[in-house]
Amino acid sequence: MNMFDGFRFRRVSSPIHDMDPRVKFLYVLVIFAAAVLFDQLLPLLVLFVAQMPLILVAGVKRECMRSMRGSSLFAVIIFATNMLSLYLYSGGGYGSIPSIIERSLAMTFRFMVLVESFSIFFLTTSPDHLGLALEQSGVPFDLCFAFTTAIRFVPVMAEEAQTIIDAQKARGLELERGNFIRRVKNYVPVLIPLLVNSIRRSLELAEAMESRAWGASPKRTNLYVLKMKRSDYYMIITSLIILVLAAYIRLYISIPSIYELLSA
Amino acid sequence: MIEVEDLYFTYPSGVEALRGITLTIRDGEFVAIMGQNGAGKTTLVKHFNGLLKPTKGSVKIDGVDTTKASVAELARKVGFVFQNPDHQLFCETVEDEISFALKNFGFDEDAIKDRVDWALNLLDLTRYRNISPFMLSGGERKRVALASVLAWDPKILILDEPTIGQDYEQKERLRNFIVQLNAQGKTVIIVTHDIEFVAECKPRVILMAEGRVIADGDPHEILTNPNLVSKASLILPETTRILLGLRGMEQSGRLARVIDVYEAGRILTAMLRDQG
Repeated sequence: MNMFDGFRFRRVSSPIHDMDPRVKFLYVLVIFAAAVLFDQLLPLLVLFVAQMPLILVAGVKRECMRSMRGSSLFAVIIFATNMLSLYLYSGGGYGSIPSIIERSLAMTFRFMVLVESFSIFFLTTSPDHLGLALEQSGVPFDLCFAFTTAIRFVPVMAEEAQTIIDAQKARGLELERGNFIRRVKNYVPVLIPLLVNSIRRSLELAEAMESRAWGASPKRTNLYVLKMKRSDYYMIITSLIILVLAAYIRLYISIPSIYELLSA
Repeated sequence: MIEVEDLYFTYPSGVEALRGITLTIRDGEFVAIMGQNGAGKTTLVKHFNGLLKPTKGSVKIDGVDTTKASVAELARKVGFVFQNPDHQLFCETVEDEISFALKNFGFDEDAIKDRVDWALNLLDLTRYRNISPFMLSGGERKRVALASVLAWDPKILILDEPTIGQDYEQKERLRNFIVQLNAQGKTVIIVTHDIEFVAECKPRVILMAEGRVIADGDPHEILTNPNLVSKASLILPETTRILLGLRGMEQSGRLARVIDVYEAGRILTAMLRDQG
């Protein structure tokens, strides 16, 4: 459940929280694009460090750390597979070990940059806001509702899974016993009630929605209408500058490797 | 025997659920743990089979510290029936559901068969033996959950909110059943808000509020004390409320400690007869 912790929204106010979710999403896309553009360590490190002020301003340092920790296992896997494949690919003869390490680190940081920017987005955007943003960007309401509901129920399901695990442990189930296949099978008594309850809950939700006149009027209006503020425009401009700059650097400037810089 | 010594528990989220609880539950006792939502009742009983381990203090089951035993080991002695049966039912038939725990505890084939028969019979479920538990009604699912725990005959039985969602007749049956189990020497612990149910069972009452025990003892003393009861966000039993409201009865003493309707009826009839 720890990986989801980073995506659990806490209702507070900060310049980042108050920003238009569409703008924040644009920012995430730009960072995403920039991270994919580069495969050298230096620019990816810069991207990683450059986002830290946003985390501090939003005051979500602890939650961010938690989601980073949650994804650290994946980071290690990415690093290890890159090391291995690069080493085998180069046949042990070409690329030197330091450059292989640097490249593997670059790939790991690319992943961390993505985790970082998505965490900033999800930690500072309430699910309601997110749905609103989708809706007012022209996505059909049905889809928006399905999306926000899915996010809304992640913590509920995490809690329910814990209760089910407790209930089965109380009946003598030992999840950590046996070899790999046995361990996977151990989860059957947890997964079935979880699945059945989710289906039951979704049917109940559907009934509750129908009884509250879901879909009665084809054209919906909103109580809250998203409006861009001046700070939102600044953010858009900043994001576009990052994008153009990244593209320019990628195309016209050769990036030195950190290993070369250090050994020079 | 359950010995709880200065128990503190804080959830990883930072919520301090238990703040210094000390109590002892002897073998064969019948105990009701009561209190408002979030008072720490379920958190406390989850320590009894090791699902939660103390942040500070200790919990001992028959002298064994719960931090030194696995849940599976403790569960052999302490059976825990969860509030919602849907959190545990997963098998294709009621029979499989009841034998699940028996297999986990390593009973042999013959013993499993005997115990399943016994548990099905005990809870009047024999005719559902080969039916999927998901096809049963809410009350029946609750009985299957209870049977699946009783099957391994734990020394101590914990029931979390056993009366929720049960109709009056089911409650009455449950009450008789619990009293019978207790009479056979089993330690029974129920966690509940249902003050009327407790008033009729008359177990030892442990009242909790904000992670502490605010009263522990005789139900006649505790459930007729308006201050204590309201501290736990409960309301006095109906019978007590009526008797306390009767003019001139406050002083009569005999009626000030009555919690159930049968007892009240007996005393009132006797009084009316005296008056002629």
